[in-house]
Amino acid sequence: MSEEDKRLDEETGQYTTGHKYDGIEELNTPLPRWWLWTFYATIVWGVAYTIAYPAWPLVSGATAGVLGYSTRAVVAEDIVEHEAKNAALVEELTGTELASIDPSSDLHRYAVARGGAVFRAQCSQCHGSGAAGAVGYPNLLDNAWLWGGTVDEIAYTVQHGIRNENDPDARWSEMPAFGEILTSEEIAMLVSHVQALPAGAGGDAETLFLDNCASCHGDNGEGMPELGAPNISDAIWLYGGDEAALTETITNARFGVMPAWGQRLSDADVRAVSIYVHALGGGE
Amino acid sequence: MALMEKHAILEKSPTLLLVSSLLVVTVGGIVEIAPLFWLENTIEDVEGMRPYSPLELAGREIYIREGCYVCHSQMIRPMRDEVERYGHYSLAAESMYDHPFQWGSKRTGPDLARVGGRYSNEWHVDHFIEPQSVVPESVMPKYEFLLNAKLDGEYIGDLMSTHRFVGVPYTDQQIEMARADFKAQADADGDYGDVEERYPGAPVGNFDGQPELTEMDALIAYMQVLGTMVDFSTFTPDESR
Repeated sequence: MSEEDKRLDEETGQYTTGHKYDGIEELNTPLPRWWLWTFYATIVWGVAYTIAYPAWPLVSGATAGVLGYSTRAVVAEDIVEHEAKNAALVEELTGTELASIDPSSDLHRYAVARGGAVFRAQCSQCHGSGAAGAVGYPNLLDNAWLWGGTVDEIAYTVQHGIRNENDPDARWSEMPAFGEILTSEEIAMLVSHVQALPAGAGGDAETLFLDNCASCHGDNGEGMPELGAPNISDAIWLYGGDEAALTETITNARFGVMPAWGQRLSDADVRAVSIYVHALGGGE
Repeated sequence: MALMEKHAILEKSPTLLLVSSLLVVTVGGIVEIAPLFWLENTIEDVEGMRPYSPLELAGREIYIREGCYVCHSQMIRPMRDEVERYGHYSLAAESMYDHPFQWGSKRTGPDLARVGGRYSNEWHVDHFIEPQSVVPESVMPKYEFLLNAKLDGEYIGDLMSTHRFVGVPYTDQQIEMARADFKAQADADGDYGDVEERYPGAPVGNFDGQPELTEMDALIAYMQVLGTMVDFSTFTPDESR
């Protein structure tokens, strides 16, 4: 290759580069102008971007950028801006007695909508996206309530949770593991008695029930919401009502835990989700 | 334009081109990566961060082994939707004892950066055995076998030494007592005072509800501590971030 080898190619009107190999030559076609200028523009834009936004590392921090942009400030502003839109409703929600909120009011409609969003994000993993629960996780649609189904009681449960270690005010009760107290024959008798409730199996089984179970579950198995003792005379079972499940429950007891959502959710969210759950159908 | 034509020299020598490319990439690397080691605002000072306890660390190994990071991220980005769903956005300090970090890059499942304390241990057991039993729409595979894989923490001290080698500030005492702490954390009836002293806020309990210490215990212990360490009541975002 040399300067002398460059020549004007008549076919295309372009000069060659001077590369010549076995008689093959290369055209020195310039880059299209639009491409070249776009390329230069990206360089200029890149430099301008690093001046406008946080970029260049210095001794103790990076340049802040002349626009003063901060992702954290943006998210904080974004949250404030959206909260401001509902500020009046939120203030009303947190300042009103839950039980006194009229189900036909706008406030109630807002609380149900907000509570539904909270429920789907935070509660559905255990209680199901339709709130029908699962084995070990209560159905919130029916009117069987372990710890009471008034809106205030629901709010307390949401706020403090059940049997968790994080909140000293969590609802707490613990059924003994009767496998350590009773023989397996006695447990079998209790199972058949419980299955036959409210009529009961009578005889020794009933005596056994009255001695061991009735103090929490009531003489007829009607339960005691103050203690979280479920009604065991109906057809609603949290862990199953067949013989195997009941034997397991009586032998080893159950210990369902619910987190204290007051530590994660805002006051308004707790109240909204309580109203939502109360409004699902079973609220007392 | 004589200077612009000098690139012919590079183009004609593959070795020179390779070395020059390496130099260019190195400059980029130095500018982008090196400052992170000296800039004070890279990792903000926060209250409450501590190295993982032996049991949590073992759970983290299982998390990595099972490839959980393929479907779950551990990085709450500073955006309103993420903050409202998952909690406070993640801080660099929260993964400073993670080697390697588990930020992930894709969410088939939800983000797990703040999953700690969100569900009960029983829920985690049910969910690992069969995710669909509690979340019918879930596509997560079953991990029931974790219940059958017993752990005795034989090499947990070595694992912690390795982590210390790459910068996690485990003390000699923590490494010496690793195996005892490993077992104590999974035994709510035992003496776990030392675990709580050495690893403040560590969840203690028989996580899987079974008498044996299994991989399920370790993994749930890890789940329950995720995102719970930092005390956000004392946190003020760095002005320069």
